[in-house]
Amino acid sequence: MTIENIIFLLIAIAGFGLFAWQARKIRANILVGRDRDMSGNIGERLQKTLLVAFGQQKMFKRITPALLHLVVYVGFLVINVEVIEIVIDGVFGTHRVLQFLGPVYDVLMATNEILGALVILAVIAFWWRRNVKKVRRFSGPEMRAWPRIDADMILYIEVVLMVALFVMNTSDLKWHRLQNLEMPGAFPISSLLLGIFPSDLNLLHFLERAGWWAHIVGILIFLNYLPSSKHFHIILAFPNVYYSRLVPQGQFSNVDSITHEVKAMMDPSYEVPAPPVGPDGSALAPTSFGAKDVEDLAWTNLLNAYSCTECGRCTASCPANITGKLLSPRKIIMDTRDRMEEKYNSPLIFQPNIYGDESKGTERVKVEADQHTLLRGKVTPEELWACTTCNACVESCPVNINPLETIIELRRFLVLEESAAPASLNTMFSNIENNGAPWAFSPSDRFNWADELYVAEKEAVNA
Amino acid sequence: MTEQITKRQVTVPVMADLAARGEQPEILFWVGCAGAFDDRYKRVTRAFVRILEHVGIKYAVLGMEETCTGDPAKRAGNEFLFQMQAMQNITTLDGYQIKKIVTACPHCFNTIKNEYPALGGNYEVIHHSTFLQQLINEGKVGVAGGGEFKGRRITFHDSCYLGRANNIYEAPRDVLATLDADLVEMKRSRANGLCCGAGGAQMWKEAEPGNKEVNIERTEEALFTLDGNAPALAQTRGVEDGNAGATPSPRANAQGAIIAVSCPFCMTMMSDGVKNKERESDVQVFDLAELIASAEGLNA
Repeated sequence: MTIENIIFLLIAIAGFGLFAWQARKIRANILVGRDRDMSGNIGERLQKTLLVAFGQQKMFKRITPALLHLVVYVGFLVINVEVIEIVIDGVFGTHRVLQFLGPVYDVLMATNEILGALVILAVIAFWWRRNVKKVRRFSGPEMRAWPRIDADMILYIEVVLMVALFVMNTSDLKWHRLQNLEMPGAFPISSLLLGIFPSDLNLLHFLERAGWWAHIVGILIFLNYLPSSKHFHIILAFPNVYYSRLVPQGQFSNVDSITHEVKAMMDPSYEVPAPPVGPDGSALAPTSFGAKDVEDLAWTNLLNAYSCTECGRCTASCPANITGKLLSPRKIIMDTRDRMEEKYNSPLIFQPNIYGDESKGTERVKVEADQHTLLRGKVTPEELWACTTCNACVESCPVNINPLETIIELRRFLVLEESAAPASLNTMFSNIENNGAPWAFSPSDRFNWADELYVAEKEAVNA
Repeated sequence: MTEQITKRQVTVPVMADLAARGEQPEILFWVGCAGAFDDRYKRVTRAFVRILEHVGIKYAVLGMEETCTGDPAKRAGNEFLFQMQAMQNITTLDGYQIKKIVTACPHCFNTIKNEYPALGGNYEVIHHSTFLQQLINEGKVGVAGGGEFKGRRITFHDSCYLGRANNIYEAPRDVLATLDADLVEMKRSRANGLCCGAGGAQMWKEAEPGNKEVNIERTEEALFTLDGNAPALAQTRGVEDGNAGATPSPRANAQGAIIAVSCPFCMTMMSDGVKNKERESDVQVFDLAELIASAEGLNA
């Protein structure tokens, strides 16, 4: 083992270790959420994960970004095979250890090169869509300083990684060619770049090493950047789709604690189950109805927040947002994530508080410190009441995030814990209670529609 | 032999009367509050009853015993009120041993079908678009071909609670297809359909501040589609890259063009939108049941 191998090993351990430390923080954030049993239906869940996450099914509602994204996604999956080689080479001081694969290695290297070039082109297209074409869904009040920096940063890092790969391959190839040595693998793109590289053997060797180090250190830096970035979706999209709901989108969750109360009201003999007990045997404090803060949401809602890549498809399809209302489903999801990191654990780089109010955009409603929760502190009632529960956001999310569930939980808290529904909705509630209909009609008129009802009938008659 | 059209008065069968006679209906028609109280939607209820009478199926309604399913309360966050309503309805339905329910309201449909089971109410629930589709497939209605609507331009507005909420997109289109009309699709249709603006209890409150009402946005899209106004349709938001579908050919003064709906709230919102755009003279909003009853010549 050379000193280079030892340095590599230390850097790799530090890189992966730091990532594990950050991932644990995010896991802890997600687990502050309420329990929800999402076990079972493994076959159905795996099938959905294959289609929606691995197969990118929902991305293909929009063809252009779907194809661009597919290139980067497949590039990410395939080029990672090369990372395995880089790690083995780095630890054991070998060079292109997978070359024993022979023709398979040729195919692998050639595929990597072509995908690498396509990734650079796709990333340029992404950058152009974001910064020149300014696709509308990439903007909005929630797209403040950090989300905008983050989105471009990911693109720059991806280009750097790909360029490092080509520097490594091209200089290696030229170094071999100049000495008439056989270079394992096939390199269709690097072969085209030979001319622009120097002919000095030492310099070529240095460039090969520089490209190699830049690629692997770049990947480790990127890995540790992920937890602070929307790009974390490359990991959490898979569990998020796996744990997404299997029931029809129109089915809203049932609040079981209310079911017990209602049953007890209707049937005095109904026995309400004993409240859950804590580890020490004492009864746990009853949970609130609905959600005021992140810990009142289900853990799946919190997993949603970390799986979001801020693409804005939800907001672009939201009828309230299209017609200029404050509601933006993406903001609800981003607020949930930012609130978790504000109240619980923060990853390494991004901490919601390090950006001042100004760069975060102006809040429409200022709240007192004790009211600074997800509800009101981040998401205002005005946003929540603009929702038509139409499921357009749920339908449009490529990774099955469900902003509607969070919206309904927050609404439930407003109505059931604070009686803070808009006055007109309170009128609707009392109409239902008193008249059995949401309008102020007399229940005795309910069957009036059947009065004087005639149907035309054709009868065959003998003339 | 000639045909003579006669007018028969209908006495809508009420469940309590059937039960008193020890009879069971094949289906229970769940009318819904809009179907019972809203003047416009009462016409849909009556059209649907005419179809039921025409095909001769044994049906009944709850009449005065029906109450709100609790849908608007649940969407507005009032879970307590929702469950009170649900339990009351389940008690009524189970008391009559109801097995199969048909309703013309996607909100009632969704709530009874998907949310009552958790509270102990298990029924086979179908929306009237599916029910009409079945009647058509069985040859019980629509076989004569819809002469009245032949060639007229119709666009179908997807209800969120039928479409995205329950994945029913084809049944209403199959029903409309029997009319032999000029069916055109909006840019935002099926799973990408735009809400009319009334769901989630919005029906009972003023909209939050914005720059447009949702129903105006949707009505404009429907009118541009019926008119084949390509430049205006190109501006449609929430459509991007490849999911836009075909643009209908221009059709100036599309006399008697129709926006077809399958939901009482969509009916209100789209009708208000057409009124707002001052297009009542050439565009009408109809429910599927009204179109079928009319095409079958059942109105009297």
